[in-house]
Amino acid sequence: MQEHKLFFTGTRNYIASEELQNSVNVAVALGRPLLIKGEPGTGKTMLARSIAEGLGKELLIWNIKSTTRARDGLYIYDTVQRLYDSQFGDHDVSDIRHYIKMGKLGEAFLAERQAVLLIDEIDKADIEFPNDLLWELDIMSFDILETGETVQARHRPIVIITSNAEKELPDAFLRRCIFHYIAFPDAAMMAEIVKVHHPDLEQKLLEEALAAFYWIRGIGGLQKKPSTSELLDWVQALTVGGISPQQIGKEFPFLGVLLKKDHDFNAVLQRLHNQGVQVKSGTGTLRSW
Amino acid sequence: MFIHFFYLLKAYGVPVTITEWMMLMEALGKGMALSSLTGFYHLARAVLVKSETHYDRYDLAFAHYFRDIETPVELTEKVLQWLEKALPPRQISSAERKQFQEWDLDELRRRLEERLREQKGEHHGGGKWIGTGGTSPFGHSGYHPAGIRIGGESVNKSAVKVAAQRNFRNFRTDETIGVRQFEVALRKLRQLSSKVEGPREELDIDETIRETGDKGGLLQLVWTRGRKNTVKVALMMDSGGSMDPYMRICSQLFTAMNRSSHFKDLRFFYFHNCVYQHLYLKSSCRMDSAVRTEDFLRLLGPDYKVLFLGDASMAPSELTMPGGSIDWYYGNDEPGITWLRRIAAHFNHAVWLNPIPAPYWDRTIGSYTITIIRDVFPMFELTVEGLEGAIRKLKVRR
Repeated sequence: MQEHKLFFTGTRNYIASEELQNSVNVAVALGRPLLIKGEPGTGKTMLARSIAEGLGKELLIWNIKSTTRARDGLYIYDTVQRLYDSQFGDHDVSDIRHYIKMGKLGEAFLAERQAVLLIDEIDKADIEFPNDLLWELDIMSFDILETGETVQARHRPIVIITSNAEKELPDAFLRRCIFHYIAFPDAAMMAEIVKVHHPDLEQKLLEEALAAFYWIRGIGGLQKKPSTSELLDWVQALTVGGISPQQIGKEFPFLGVLLKKDHDFNAVLQRLHNQGVQVKSGTGTLRSW
Repeated sequence: MFIHFFYLLKAYGVPVTITEWMMLMEALGKGMALSSLTGFYHLARAVLVKSETHYDRYDLAFAHYFRDIETPVELTEKVLQWLEKALPPRQISSAERKQFQEWDLDELRRRLEERLREQKGEHHGGGKWIGTGGTSPFGHSGYHPAGIRIGGESVNKSAVKVAAQRNFRNFRTDETIGVRQFEVALRKLRQLSSKVEGPREELDIDETIRETGDKGGLLQLVWTRGRKNTVKVALMMDSGGSMDPYMRICSQLFTAMNRSSHFKDLRFFYFHNCVYQHLYLKSSCRMDSAVRTEDFLRLLGPDYKVLFLGDASMAPSELTMPGGSIDWYYGNDEPGITWLRRIAAHFNHAVWLNPIPAPYWDRTIGSYTITIIRDVFPMFELTVEGLEGAIRKLKVRR
């Protein structure tokens, strides 16, 4: 460990659990990609930003879409542009290199200093996509077929991969990764996270809001449980609305900020009603924005 | 080093490979376990386990393998300290509370002290006892509301304790979980073909050459549409009273199906215990929403993939006798099993999902009818793993 001076401990505006810090440091030390899974809103994408900031490195983001192919990350040979150019004869088309553009992985390989590469939502792509990247990630180089050049990584980039588990990832790929599942933060951790975003928040208000938030998350059968980002919005709404801490547990104001589905909203109202909580009629209209 | 742990993980169903094991050894060689059991727990999990659904199995194996590792003696005192900390009761629902009412603080402490005394005699040192948390009655209390408290704030104190807490039990794939997991499983149900709709984003080479030729060599690109999923699905749901206990899990599957936008067509039908000459479009199963089963068979081609969702548990007469329907006003000339066989014969692919866990199929009250129906349809339990099995079945021809 001592030989690696780089040591990720979270950053000012990103709270990482000790487990997560360990996983990041293991991945960096072993030079393996770090695969991050977790509920939506647990800050998977934010992690890469935080690592880049914490370790003082450049961040490259490769957003994966359903049409993305592994090759796009290495380089793109713009044949169509070359063909068009050739028809008008006002460009020099004899040099193919003008039409080769580096992808994000290629950029990371060629960076002057070690970079952090975020491959975001890898599960959106085709099922074979991760396998197609195995070789390049393993040996850290690739060939450009059109020019016969080899691109060799100057520095092995720190690769962070996020997945929403929409597709199973292939075993061969998983074997080479360090894996971390970001569990949903507990109340203490969540309090810290909220404080990062709302430093001036009244302690009492925070406690009440968190209690209500975890109570709602604990209700079985919700289609979409509220997550961190909804909580942050809610706390914002409570502050702006000038709600006093005592009101939160009694009235559950601005419930629509936390719950986005009709079914969930009704389920919570039902629960509250059973417990004798009177939700003001005003909340019904508020959630329509 | 720890090689038995490797085999133990395999035995517990964590798919570990040599590659990963060597990676772990490399990491240990670099001192990345920080010379502590907790460090090792997290390191080994990050390197060896590649899915949160396997975290629980890992925890079990870890607790099994390391349970005899000494835990510092001061922990015994800590346990008592933890017990002092009263926790807000609202985190437990009142129903759960009732179940554990006898576990009040004093009682729990008394029992714990008692246990500690006993264990000292047998094990020469109470510290060890805490290490075995997962296997003693008090360790088990890790799963019940009172017990989570005990360990709750100690998470980072002892890895064995973390493992024994089994925080990731909910992620097991053989447990019934939720809409999202069902959706992911359903996504596997796809067959790509045809070119009907969607964005034109694939280069049509033949057309491009022709068009370019027509324009005298000036490049004209022609794009065509990609392949589309052609799977058509019909979900047949039992809305009988015996299904009430499974309502939540069924509605989760229903939601997941509904959200799965990748099917070419998706139809829902209901029946009451068994299918007779009518199916229903609403779960109330009243005649105003009825369609004739004959029409249903005519309307839906054999290429529809049919999923039955029901407990398949009913009185034998409801399945095997004419006029056996549970609704007394509803006379059926043919027994339900005839209709089921007819449906099975019509469709190329049909499966039955049963919310009753598979181990009970031979023992439950409905085992007689379950056995008969299993002869007609391949039956799977309604869990994520069961659904995946069913979908594999739906993709191959019987």
